[in-house]
Amino acid sequence: MVDMIVDITTAFVGEFPFEWNYIRSIIYVSLYVSLVAVTLSTLCSLPIALLVGFKEFRGKALLTSIINTGMGFPSVVVGLIVLFAVSNQGPLGSLELVFTPEAMIMSQFILAAPVITGVSLAAVSSVEQNVRDAAYAMGGTRLDVALVTIKEARYGIATAVLAGFGRAISEVGSVLIVGGNIASSDGTSKTRTLTTAIQLEARQGQYETAMILGAILVVLVLLVNAIVVRLGSDDGGYR
Amino acid sequence: MTIQRREFIAAIGSGAAVGLAGCTALSGDDGDDGGPEISGETLTLTTTTSTEDTGLLDELNAPFEDRYGVTVDTVAQGTGAALETARSGDSDVVMVHARSLEDEFIEDGYGINRRDLMFNDFVIVGGPDDPASIASSDDASEALNAIADSESTFVSRGDNSGTHTKELELWADAGIDSETHGEWYVDVGGGMGEALNRASELDAYTLSDRGTYLSMHGNITLEILVQGPVEDGPESLMNPYGIVAVNPDAHDHVNYDLALAYIGYITGPEGQEIIENYTTEDEQLFFPEALSEAPNFQQYVPEGWSASDDGGNS
Repeated sequence: MVDMIVDITTAFVGEFPFEWNYIRSIIYVSLYVSLVAVTLSTLCSLPIALLVGFKEFRGKALLTSIINTGMGFPSVVVGLIVLFAVSNQGPLGSLELVFTPEAMIMSQFILAAPVITGVSLAAVSSVEQNVRDAAYAMGGTRLDVALVTIKEARYGIATAVLAGFGRAISEVGSVLIVGGNIASSDGTSKTRTLTTAIQLEARQGQYETAMILGAILVVLVLLVNAIVVRLGSDDGGYR
Repeated sequence: MTIQRREFIAAIGSGAAVGLAGCTALSGDDGDDGGPEISGETLTLTTTTSTEDTGLLDELNAPFEDRYGVTVDTVAQGTGAALETARSGDSDVVMVHARSLEDEFIEDGYGINRRDLMFNDFVIVGGPDDPASIASSDDASEALNAIADSESTFVSRGDNSGTHTKELELWADAGIDSETHGEWYVDVGGGMGEALNRASELDAYTLSDRGTYLSMHGNITLEILVQGPVEDGPESLMNPYGIVAVNPDAHDHVNYDLALAYIGYITGPEGQEIIENYTTEDEQLFFPEALSEAPNFQQYVPEGWSASDDGGNS
């Protein structure tokens, strides 16, 4: 899938002023880190959104506003916190995660999870109570009720996932801090993403190259959006 | 309903499998492929933006990686941040250019086996119209005084890098308190490239290392107004680079063997020759200084240190 996206992107953008291997590996790292982070965030966020959306409990409003606050958490601060956690002196120091894609996944996970939780929560809450009651009345288990709700709220949830993906892939502050923007001497990216590469090119005054990388990033986000919308529209020929 | 549930679970399952497969594929770079014992290891080098932005490190690292079958991860941060990363044990070796900060790093017990590596020089650059008329000056203090007196815009790195450290030293030498600069003093808080770009946009003066200036020469409108010692300018604009291994006694997991292999390579004939031959637009950017017939003891110890100063070493 990554290869396919790379090929389509290059068809859009055309000639590159840099080595093919360099640009390919940067796109690969960007997509790998963001897609894994968003997948993991979705797996965590969706159950939380369903749970909070269904249950009435004291402090629900407070919890909701905490989640919504998390959506605007500054990425540089997240980067610093993750850096302290994975740095050698930090609690996860023995795992040697600093300057690795895995550390970048951690920080993007923290950034994307509140967005996905918050937007899905809004979507799930808007599914009417009587739909859930009907599913329950027809003998559905709690899981069935949850699935019906997900199905009803699928557009909202898709929007949530896309918003989370958008936040992850366009983010530069935290991946620069925890990833270190590393590319090896043969031009293969290890922790260099499109955003950090743009930052590097701009720093060197290569604004044209930076603009081309920016165009690639926009095309990538467009493509991922198109794919998700496409997946959302044919839901097993149900309607 | 049941079928849909199964589909849902299958989708979740395959999603998780894809995610995990990605994890193992990318994190499996430390596998043993039967080569020599050092093969496959990773050396983390934190360094300044100038060595990375000029492209020198790619040239230097490729032969080292080939010879030992290892990977060098270069993190370009600026001298202050590079040393800070090394202090917390997140890098194995540092290549920086601020002797006072290097000395502090060694004195605090975090660095060991320092070597002089190479040098170039700093230059004071500015727009072609030169409002403070410093172009004729061959003295850095005089030039800075002229800039301050005419309140011409001056761009400062402001990022605790080697160049920023040097800039502050030069202001102090010129007898000007850099805390009290007016609005003409612009702190960009970024790398050399950013500072040069900003200075170029503002038609301002700035202090740059010659290497980064030359490598960006085509993209900016700035000219060299005060030359450094490479072109017979004042000695105060000297820019020496050092390389220091992280002390394995301070951080026992650092890759000390590989760090010393790297220092050996880069200060040896092969590395020094690459530095000597590295050019941008036919100009040599860095001058090797590690090879010398005569002993140079001062490169191993903090500046001005001697055994008799230190009670513990008698």
